[in-house]
Amino acid sequence: MENSSYSLLSSEADSQRTLYPYVTGTSVIGIKYKDGILMVADMGGSYGSTLRYKSVERMKPVGKHSLIGASGEISDFQEILRYLDELTLNDSMWDDGNSLGPKEVHNYLTRVMYNRRNKFNPLWNSLVLGGVKNGQKYLGTVNMIGVHYEDNHVATGFGNHLARPILRDEWHENLSFEDGVKLLEKCMRVLLYRDRSAVNKLQIAKITDEGVTISQPYSLKTFWNFSAFQNPTVGAEGSW
Amino acid sequence: MDPSLGDLNSALSTGTTIIGVTYNGGVVLGADSRTSTGMYVANRASDKITQLTDNVYLCRSGSAADTQIISDYVRYYLHQHTIQLGQPATVKVAANLVRLLAYNNKNMLQAGLIVGGWDKYEGGKIYGVPLGGTILEQPFAIGGSGSSYLYGFFDQAWREGMTQEEAEQLVVKAVSLAIARDGASGGVVRTVTINSEGVARKFYPGDSLPLWHEELEAHESLLDILSTSNPEPMDS
Repeated sequence: MENSSYSLLSSEADSQRTLYPYVTGTSVIGIKYKDGILMVADMGGSYGSTLRYKSVERMKPVGKHSLIGASGEISDFQEILRYLDELTLNDSMWDDGNSLGPKEVHNYLTRVMYNRRNKFNPLWNSLVLGGVKNGQKYLGTVNMIGVHYEDNHVATGFGNHLARPILRDEWHENLSFEDGVKLLEKCMRVLLYRDRSAVNKLQIAKITDEGVTISQPYSLKTFWNFSAFQNPTVGAEGSW
Repeated sequence: MDPSLGDLNSALSTGTTIIGVTYNGGVVLGADSRTSTGMYVANRASDKITQLTDNVYLCRSGSAADTQIISDYVRYYLHQHTIQLGQPATVKVAANLVRLLAYNNKNMLQAGLIVGGWDKYEGGKIYGVPLGGTILEQPFAIGGSGSSYLYGFFDQAWREGMTQEEAEQLVVKAVSLAIARDGASGGVVRTVTINSEGVARKFYPGDSLPLWHEELEAHESLLDILSTSNPEPMDS
């Protein structure tokens, strides 16, 4: 006769575990600059290999001092935004003049993500959390397995492989807003060329002591006019 | 095993084409009518556009069982919500109830849904709730297996601010194109138009739809063709 005592490997409450993502967002990149944080993400929501949704806002303000950007499963990001709504609501209900800073929000998210990972039911996201409070800039990241850290520049997904090397080379302390934007656009253009799930419609967000602004959606120009692109197989008949 | 019997044990699914489109004044929802179990067409005239309230309807794709039970639950919750609120529910509330069920049971459900309706606050609205339980408000939404063939079509043919006639024609054309190429879609095209005046259901039988590439006009019999053409019609 079967009984539950032999099910050590699979728990009875096995029904709740996220197996795989469906609608996903790709890279998010964040950098510190002179006045605060700059963050960028495209507006794509992929459905497997189909570029299904092209107006998904993957960056949102959190409270007065922070900005969250997410890659991975969009439904889980939408749920995280609901958790953050509850967090900021409860924080403001204290009515004590204090408000959660980016470091605290990042820590809260880290606990949420890590605890879900321990239950084998992760929120399938990689998050970037940036903000400024009382002149102090903060930029951190946390992913679906709970790995978290802060740095002067962070990225998720493909951005880690393609954007961060550029940032390691060209980022410096006290970037101006214009230089920061150009640097992020350089990274996003590379991602557009090389990441299959990238779409050419992006938003850049800025957070400073004054608050959060997220730009309107816009597209980047791309360059295809290399002579080597014109006739790549000339001189090597039968090549590809 | 006889291949024409298909796999009678495979899940009853609405391999489908579903569409929801906003226009200046309301929304038009459209769908095909084929429900299949494996290769067999279990129902060739099903109704995939289900009522949730007087002013909000749901297009269902994916598992028929899953989408039917979700509709039943959401209809039940919305009924209670309407009583408590004292006025018709908004499309946004209906869509969010659908999202709650889809998201919280994501491991067990196979349901791709489009919620569409009209309320006095926001007018006509369409919300897509794909697999996984994401919710996205969109000017138009497509779903089901047949929608793969419509991404390019809508990229080219969609415009903001269409009239009701233009929107209905667009939906019928699109479902008809998807039926032409998707084996899992077929039958008739059903549309439901929702605006401030109410709800209108329309029905377009298969033989009234336009003909596409390599499709031929239908006849009662070869004999009708033979009698009208030249004396040597049968080629060797």
